[in-house]
Amino acid sequence: MNNRKLSFWLFLTPVLLGLGLVVVLPFVYGLIFSFTDWNGITANNFLGFENYINLFKDAEFRAAMGFTVLFSVVAIILLNFLGLALALLVTRKLKSSNFLRTVFFMPNLIGGLILGFIWQFIFISVFDDIGQALGIEALSGWLSTTNTGFWGLIILTCWQMAGYIMIIYIAYLQNIPNELIEAAEIDGASSWQRFRHITFPLVAPAFTISMFLTLSNSFKIYDQNLSLTGGGPYNSTQMVAMEIVKTAFSENEMAFAQAKGVIFFLIVSIIAITQVYYNKKREVDM
Amino acid sequence: MKKGKRNLIIIEIVGLLLALLWISPFYLMIVNAFKTKREIFEGVLGVPDEFTSTNFVQAFIDLDFLQSLFNSLLVTGVSVGILIFFSSMAGYALARNKSKLSGLLLLMFVSAMLIPFQSVMIPLVSLFGQVDMLNQVGLIFMYLGFGSSLSIFLYHGAMTGVSVSLDEAAIIDGANKFQTFWYIILPLLKPISVTVAILNTIWIWNDYLLPSLVLGEANATIPLKMFYFFGQYTKQWHLALAGLTIAIIPVVIGYFFAQKQIIEGVAEGAVK
Repeated sequence: MNNRKLSFWLFLTPVLLGLGLVVVLPFVYGLIFSFTDWNGITANNFLGFENYINLFKDAEFRAAMGFTVLFSVVAIILLNFLGLALALLVTRKLKSSNFLRTVFFMPNLIGGLILGFIWQFIFISVFDDIGQALGIEALSGWLSTTNTGFWGLIILTCWQMAGYIMIIYIAYLQNIPNELIEAAEIDGASSWQRFRHITFPLVAPAFTISMFLTLSNSFKIYDQNLSLTGGGPYNSTQMVAMEIVKTAFSENEMAFAQAKGVIFFLIVSIIAITQVYYNKKREVDM
Repeated sequence: MKKGKRNLIIIEIVGLLLALLWISPFYLMIVNAFKTKREIFEGVLGVPDEFTSTNFVQAFIDLDFLQSLFNSLLVTGVSVGILIFFSSMAGYALARNKSKLSGLLLLMFVSAMLIPFQSVMIPLVSLFGQVDMLNQVGLIFMYLGFGSSLSIFLYHGAMTGVSVSLDEAAIIDGANKFQTFWYIILPLLKPISVTVAILNTIWIWNDYLLPSLVLGEANATIPLKMFYFFGQYTKQWHLALAGLTIAIIPVVIGYFFAQKQIIEGVAEGAVK
């Protein structure tokens, strides 16, 4: 082996070891054991697809999947709407522009676990107080029903992530040449027309990025779910990530949980590959 | 023009009101952390008559805050340092070696980003447990494994802006590969290193699930400790809120000093 080759491998060894032992090996190991009756330490019997067949019959897993999909769809729509609205707001020539960016982005830096606990207080105590003061019954008993738990998670996610999506849109909005907007203004275009025909087409790539970022993020949510609703009432607000953790570490069904993990990986991969495909297609179109 | 100006003022007011709404959760958390249990029961919106600090004292002690802060700083600091060092080396090697193999390795690292944590966590914990590595050292190594993909990808991208003639000049001057990397290339990669540091710090600092599976109570990081603490004080909001306030102080301080770099870094990480 010549010197050049040797240094190439030396430079790569630490990260290859890291990725290999932390991601690749456990992934392969897990894939194999998902076809057995593995209990986390040993496996005695090869079960074929039994775990996978049982997983589609598992009502709790299916409910978690349904909840996650519904949550993701609503979160994607609201987050992109909010993120774009905030980005349009703070890119106007406002005195408080920087301050506003700082405030809107702030929740994104704090961990989902801590934010979930803070909002638990708001939904349970603050909402209740306001509801009683104003006589609005709908504000009482939040997080104690599936519906309020769902919207609670949506509100928390929007509040936390909108600033992040805002930043992505800002990056694209700032790339729009000012002359373009000014020219349209001189030509007599209204602000809606300017947005519809100039701004919107030019930030369209940001829309693709944000959509898939929000999709894969909402699909993988765990911390917020754990701290805000804990999956309750009666596991009705439990999402896939949390369901898998519970199957593994509360119910100790390691092989079954691993099969769920494999399915989870397949879904997340399909989402991501679709994204890459669309991005490539867009680049060709342009 | 005048109409435009008035519109701008209206937009500014809307923005400020929205900002108030955005920080209201923090306001509610802080004012109620200063109240007694009774005062919270009487009303959550107002400011307390008398700011009591006893909640904070008790939360500080129960969170074992200095210890958990130290644990968090240790794990995050060492992990991020190692990630920067090894990922920049790898990104450099992959960018300079234009072989098919090098392209394949990069693809492997990028593809690994697709694997969700829940798909590997059980065998990971099992394997590391068998070799007695469910501790801080093991955790830091796991962060290297999970974090290297995105970091290498960012470094590899940044290397396109670093001319090969710099390497050649250094080699002619008698530097070996590592010296070239350490003295010439790494300093030029500083902007992307800041991005890599910020993205990994935010993620590792706030991570809950992985440490909860790997660390014992003695080495608990802030999110982990917060989880135990909150379980202990359910429905005792005055204490829980004081604990939450303490737990986010380090983040607020960090944000205050580096907000420009943080916002730029996050934008860069997302758009790529």
